Amino acid sequence: MVTPRDFNSSGAAFFGGVRSALTSVFFLVLAGTYIGIGALAHDFGLGSWSLALSTVLIWAGPAQVILVSALGTGGAPLDVAIAVSLSGMRLFPMVVALLPLLRDEGRRLRDLLFPTHFTSVSMWVESLRLLPAVPRERRLAFCNGLSFGYMCTATGFGFVGFYLAAGLPPLFAGGLLFLTPVSFLLSTARNARALVDKLALVFGIALAPLLVHFHVQLDLMWSGVVGGTLAYGIHRLREAAT
Amino acid sequence: MAADMAGLWPYVLLVLVGFLPNEIWRALGLVLARGLNEDSELVVWSRAVATAILAGVIAKLILFAPGALAAMPLGLRVAAAGCGFIAFLAAKRSLFVGVAVGEAVLLAGGFLFAH
Repeated sequence: MVTPRDFNSSGAAFFGGVRSALTSVFFLVLAGTYIGIGALAHDFGLGSWSLALSTVLIWAGPAQVILVSALGTGGAPLDVAIAVSLSGMRLFPMVVALLPLLRDEGRRLRDLLFPTHFTSVSMWVESLRLLPAVPRERRLAFCNGLSFGYMCTATGFGFVGFYLAAGLPPLFAGGLLFLTPVSFLLSTARNARALVDKLALVFGIALAPLLVHFHVQLDLMWSGVVGGTLAYGIHRLREAAT
Repeated sequence: MAADMAGLWPYVLLVLVGFLPNEIWRALGLVLARGLNEDSELVVWSRAVATAILAGVIAKLILFAPGALAAMPLGLRVAAAGCGFIAFLAAKRSLFVGVAVGEAVLLAGGFLFAH
């Protein structure tokens, strides 16, 4: 149960949000993830400031990993754009689920632009958990503070990972690079509560290497669409059978 | 992002290929926020596709690894990921334990292989 909190002003709510971000488990998750992404960016020849810019503009680990690794291995921009787009579909229902919590009288569309852009898995999970305990008129500031806290964490640790990768001996540099696939694998597995998501995870892992082996174009898009649809199809069959 | 790309092109690329295709989903959420619930079939399907794509990225990073990670044997990388996953399950889906075990196996194996 999250205890109800109150704030004297929007500023106080904002800083309350920042504090919540820095003391949450997602601080560690983001730090670890972005250390890995920083190392990845370094290894693929991306500049550390370009990475920082991508963190602020894109604000989605999976999309950034796809961007860095696919473009870095010479993927065609169109392929990469499609894969990035497909990886971002989850953002749509997340925004839809979050915005009603921020609605208030006099809330203008442009007030919601920042929360919309800031929506990411960490921010979304914590917002859904913490916002109900915050008075409605303070929620926007709190949410922005939370997002700001997470974004600074990610951007900062991106630099840490980048420069660590530059300086570490090969064994530890390899370990640092391994951080991204391993943490993504486990956090995706953890979020995969329903059968459809678990199946999608397995099918995606199985299909992607196959498609690469057979030199299929747009392999990420196909493994996503085919794997995801297959998983969804099985989910529907099971629903129909019960 | 190769060294020969000059001037603004890398940033244009970042916006066109990274920012726009991703942000469009957030924008759609803002615009269409009425009337869509978490369990609607479209949402379930899109989550499945997004999960499968991410799974593909993970598989490619482990199997066709970049840079210093490629120096470690393929079997070791797969085994480390597998051990990490088992540890994650055994520790009641603890992210921290899984990552720690996976990394430990990789580093230990990498060290043994080099000697």
